[in-house]
Amino acid sequence: MTPSEKKQLQITACKVRMGIIDATHGAKAGHPGGSLSAADMFTYLYFKELNIDPKNPKWENRDRFVLSKGHTAPGLYSALANRGFFPVEDLVTLRHIDSYLQGHPNMNTVPGVDMSTGSLGQGISCAAGMALGLKHQNNPARVYTLLGDGEIQEGQVWEACMLAAHYKLDNFCVIVDNNGLQIDGNVADVMSPYPIVDKLEAFGFKVCAIDGHDFDQIEAAMNTARETKGQPTAIVMKTVKGKDVSFMENNAGWHGKAPNDAEHEQAIGELKAILAELEGK
Amino acid sequence: MADVKKIATRDSYGNALAALGAEHENLVVLDADLAGATKTGVFKKAFPERHFDCGIAEANMICVAAGMATTGLVPFASSFAMFAAGRAFEQVRNSIGYPHLNVKIGATHGGISVGEDGASHQCCEDFALMRSIPGMVVMSPADDVEAKAMVKAAYEYVGPVYMRFGRAAVPVVHGEDFTFQIGKGEILRDGSDVAIIANGLMVYEAIVAAEELAAKGINAMVINMATIKPLDEELVLAAAKKCGKVITCEEHSVIGGLGEAVCSLLSEKLPTKVARIGVNDEFGHSGPAGALLKAFGLSAEHIVETAVELCK
Repeated sequence: MTPSEKKQLQITACKVRMGIIDATHGAKAGHPGGSLSAADMFTYLYFKELNIDPKNPKWENRDRFVLSKGHTAPGLYSALANRGFFPVEDLVTLRHIDSYLQGHPNMNTVPGVDMSTGSLGQGISCAAGMALGLKHQNNPARVYTLLGDGEIQEGQVWEACMLAAHYKLDNFCVIVDNNGLQIDGNVADVMSPYPIVDKLEAFGFKVCAIDGHDFDQIEAAMNTARETKGQPTAIVMKTVKGKDVSFMENNAGWHGKAPNDAEHEQAIGELKAILAELEGK
Repeated sequence: MADVKKIATRDSYGNALAALGAEHENLVVLDADLAGATKTGVFKKAFPERHFDCGIAEANMICVAAGMATTGLVPFASSFAMFAAGRAFEQVRNSIGYPHLNVKIGATHGGISVGEDGASHQCCEDFALMRSIPGMVVMSPADDVEAKAMVKAAYEYVGPVYMRFGRAAVPVVHGEDFTFQIGKGEILRDGSDVAIIANGLMVYEAIVAAEELAAKGINAMVINMATIKPLDEELVLAAAKKCGKVITCEEHSVIGGLGEAVCSLLSEKLPTKVARIGVNDEFGHSGPAGALLKAFGLSAEHIVETAVELCK
């Protein structure tokens, strides 16, 4: 990727993060931490990787994305809104009683959402089913799914991995957001999922371990996923929970808590500074 | 009635899938290492490229079916009722029910007529579980003819469907000219003293009971209520109005199934004396299917006793 392309992705990711902060502040609830850790991946997927059409969200040949870690809906919604699936102004209605932006993704109310998710462990199975269904029908579309590192404690995740390898789903890419934190604390302390890379390799995946905030590394892993034949690919990305909002970074307390007015102002101020620096250079 | 033809509705399920599969390219079947028992093996033999074994992982299978449905396929996900409705309940609820996806769940080995395997495999709670999911169609056929027609109707219907089939061979009560409609009950015998509303293998028992009751001077109406949800309310109300007394019969717990659906309706709209025949809030156990059904009161004999008591 060219430096200017990379800069543009960084700018977009910063706007996606602002949307996450605005949405969770507007909702007075929601999950900013894991949305921010995956914001660069959301951005890369929706602005570079996925073959999609915001004007035709149900296009049958589109690439699919399933947010298996459905609680980070603010991140998905912000990426979709910034990509043009619905107005960015609607993000602040997140979780409101009359809003189409449900607390967890609803494929029947939100344009661009490919699967209703929220109950951890199920999204990856649904995504594998999509990949299997598309492959069966010789549809070249690809399927991507994003999981939390805490989520992979769910046994169903490994049932899905077994199936994906068994059916040689090379149109399928599993992304694990390894931000290291879950509600009750460090994933390593709550119930260690490590070693994640070794486990996925043992389950038959081609695995790329990357820095989830480095667009060059994300691009290389995505290229590997697209070029890998005969087996599914997993991207295990090391990330920072709460990335780019100083007081949220690496703090499990911001897993499922909304910023109040003062915190919102500070977070947006920090992101605006990052944006100004990116746009100024 | 000793010479009545008997077929297990799980066989009907497999045969119907194979027949429908020949007509519809988008019909796919998923199983969880039970293709021999659920009879999806019949479909697999005919269309191996459209049969997907998911291994012993029912929760995953249900969600894989949901994902496949989003790509335009019509998946029939199959396992035993205990695992399809029980183990995978939350997957059915969240990944099929909530997004209202076009997945058909074919659950075999429902009820205590599973027999020798015992309580761990005798699911008497599936109607209750599946009924509680908004938008879910819940059905249980009486015989081979109805089971095959039901599978076809399920394919043609757009939306989630749960169908329960049995392991044991049961008498065929319908003629080949039978037509099936989701949500419509069927009067098999008219009567005016008591309405017996049954489904699954209890339909045949109800027919036999009605004949015995006639000999005792009790004129029983027999209704086959294959669709538990949406319930044919019009028919239930008409039957209750005409007979004034109702008996529900199902190979399911008396909690949450056909009996409770009928009671809920009648208590709100037409309070009527109802007796529920079903499994009385207890687990099954091992034994031959026929002996178990008798032991648990799922028999024509028990229906007769209940009707006589109710009509005193």
